Amino acid sequence: MTLQAFAPIGVLIIIALIIGVIILMISRVFGPHNPSFRKNAPYESGMKPIGPGTRRMPVKFYLVAVLFIIFDVEVIFFMPWAVAMRDLGVYGLIVMGVFTLILVVGFIYEWKKGALEWE
Amino acid sequence: MIQFDFSTIAFFVFAVLTLGGALGVVTNRNLFRGTIWLMVSLFGVAGLYVLLSAPFLAAVQVLVYIGAIAILFTFAVMLTRSLTRLNVRYTRLWPSALGAVLLFAMLVIGVIWPVFGGNELYNQPISDVVRTTTDLGVALVSGEGYVLPFEVASILLTGAMIGAIVIARDADEEEMEQ
Amino acid sequence: MDCTGLCEVLTQGGTDPGLAQFLSILLGVLLVVTVPLITVIFLIWIERKIAARIQDRLGPNRVGPFGLLQTFADLIKLLAKEDITPASADRLLYNAAPLLSLAAVALIWAVVPYTPYHVGADLDIGALYFVAVASLGTLAIMIAGWASNNKYALLGAFRVVALLVSYEIPLVFALLVPVMLAGSMSMVDIIHAQSGMWFIFMAPLAGVLFFISSQAETGRAPFDLIEAESELVAGFNIEYSGMKFGMFFAAEFLHVFTNGVLITILFLGGWYFPGWQMPLIAFMWLGLKAFIPYFISLWIRNTVPRLRIDQVMKFNWFFLVPLSIVNVLILAFLVMVLKEIGWVPVDETGAMALAQAGFIELLPMTIVLFISNVLICVPIVNRLRRMGVEQRAAREQLRTQRAMAAGD
Repeated sequence: MTLQAFAPIGVLIIIALIIGVIILMISRVFGPHNPSFRKNAPYESGMKPIGPGTRRMPVKFYLVAVLFIIFDVEVIFFMPWAVAMRDLGVYGLIVMGVFTLILVVGFIYEWKKGALEWE
Repeated sequence: MIQFDFSTIAFFVFAVLTLGGALGVVTNRNLFRGTIWLMVSLFGVAGLYVLLSAPFLAAVQVLVYIGAIAILFTFAVMLTRSLTRLNVRYTRLWPSALGAVLLFAMLVIGVIWPVFGGNELYNQPISDVVRTTTDLGVALVSGEGYVLPFEVASILLTGAMIGAIVIARDADEEEMEQ
Repeated sequence: MDCTGLCEVLTQGGTDPGLAQFLSILLGVLLVVTVPLITVIFLIWIERKIAARIQDRLGPNRVGPFGLLQTFADLIKLLAKEDITPASADRLLYNAAPLLSLAAVALIWAVVPYTPYHVGADLDIGALYFVAVASLGTLAIMIAGWASNNKYALLGAFRVVALLVSYEIPLVFALLVPVMLAGSMSMVDIIHAQSGMWFIFMAPLAGVLFFISSQAETGRAPFDLIEAESELVAGFNIEYSGMKFGMFFAAEFLHVFTNGVLITILFLGGWYFPGWQMPLIAFMWLGLKAFIPYFISLWIRNTVPRLRIDQVMKFNWFFLVPLSIVNVLILAFLVMVLKEIGWVPVDETGAMALAQAGFIELLPMTIVLFISNVLICVPIVNRLRRMGVEQRAAREQLRTQRAMAAGD
């Protein structure tokens, strides 16, 4: 059964978190703790920090993320097909070929538009 | 009568994660933190998929939502000027609340209704109807299965790809002009 | 779950069956956690020694024999360091990020089959599980960069995350190849399918693609934008100190070896040792084989220079992604053709079954697939070489022009 196969993973998540918290606690206990204004200031190569630490980012990062999601979803469609490939035969390959071909059209458009360039 | 075995406890943990995360999303003023809470909520949903014997869906949930959508959201948040420190009050509370309740009611009716119809499928717990990934692969590409939705999905993905470029290009040009 | 081994003993001893089952799971999980945590301590020593040798140094040699205890000394030092939280940081997320980072790598080990009999959890979706869990590490980096509230950290995190998500695509496409050949996503099944022949010989291209993208996933040179010291000081973990930094550090080192183990399972036949199936030998054999990709990874890290982000992205989207997709489709097509000819071993139902076939039976299929992979590679490598020559010529021309302009 699936649930029982997953039981060790649930336990593992809990143990990993407990170990992590213990490590953090130990360093809190053993290490000195005397914060000062200068020490807690954000690091900026020794200068006084200018402006907020979080600022606007270029749109190209967003574009990469969108492309990643699209290809990620594509991969997920490939996954069950790859598992079942040996049962599907030629028909499965043709269906997957059409699926990929449609996506390749989008990919070529992207390539030509220069969306994959990182300028 | 609820039996307190391993799966029941797991269900409650995941339910709390899902609902608690969702609550965190709507109550947080900080958009980045809101994103992280959303991921907690979606992780809970992944856990629920495992309980329903749909491990493939659970892995996809973690891979796509926590691995990809979270990144997209944070990138989108950082595109905006100051959405991490939001202090605009949303005023149209009542229409939104009404819409949300209506949507929820529709979902509940959609899920509960067939159960009363004496449908054979619902006589056993869904978690007993185990389907393997191989079955999923066969169903996706077979003629009796979902081959048409499968191919349409690729058109949808292509559309999304082109749409993303168009939007990003526009935003880029605006930025150039400024 | 069937109650065997320790669980059986406990039940006979009068323990409640549910409790006995829980205890046996707990003990198994503790073992699964302990192996990577102990390994990482020695990995840091090994990596420093190898790096030192490549750079013609001695490496750590003062603390303990051959400097073996150096890592423990470092660990104690890190624990005794002051734990600084920057004033403007988001406290909760700032502390959660290193935890998530280490947990993400540790969780991968749940599906690693150590021996024929010992595996944390043999999931049907093992291959997809480890990709999904590894993507949690990306989120941890994003959280760390944002929660530090530091410009370098945020910029570093953005760059790294863009890099990591981009290289996840060829990684998963390359992963599809062993899944396809084994007809299963379970790690145990994938190993069994390699009992006759390792997948690296059937699909060398997929193996190389997997290796390159996993090298990028760990953020090691030439993909080490993660800590471009000269531009970003240290990248996303700049504000972290003491053991919190240590956790990011440990996660990175462990991730490199984890990738070695995953490559061994997916392409190098896992624990399969010809003739013997003894757990201890299988375990050592797995570790030994995992050292091959691990060592190559370190070798590359200490040899090649860092690439710029635009070069890295270009390499991925224009080269790795198209190649990995084409590779999957070509392989599927070839397997189909070979099956029609009758060179692919099949079971009673007529489906491909590599697990039951021996070395000799698999040989013709392997040779065809290997040659096809080489044939794909030849024009690609040629094209890359030509591009390199052109770029070098262009740069040379530019330099001559500049020199002439300076001479005027």
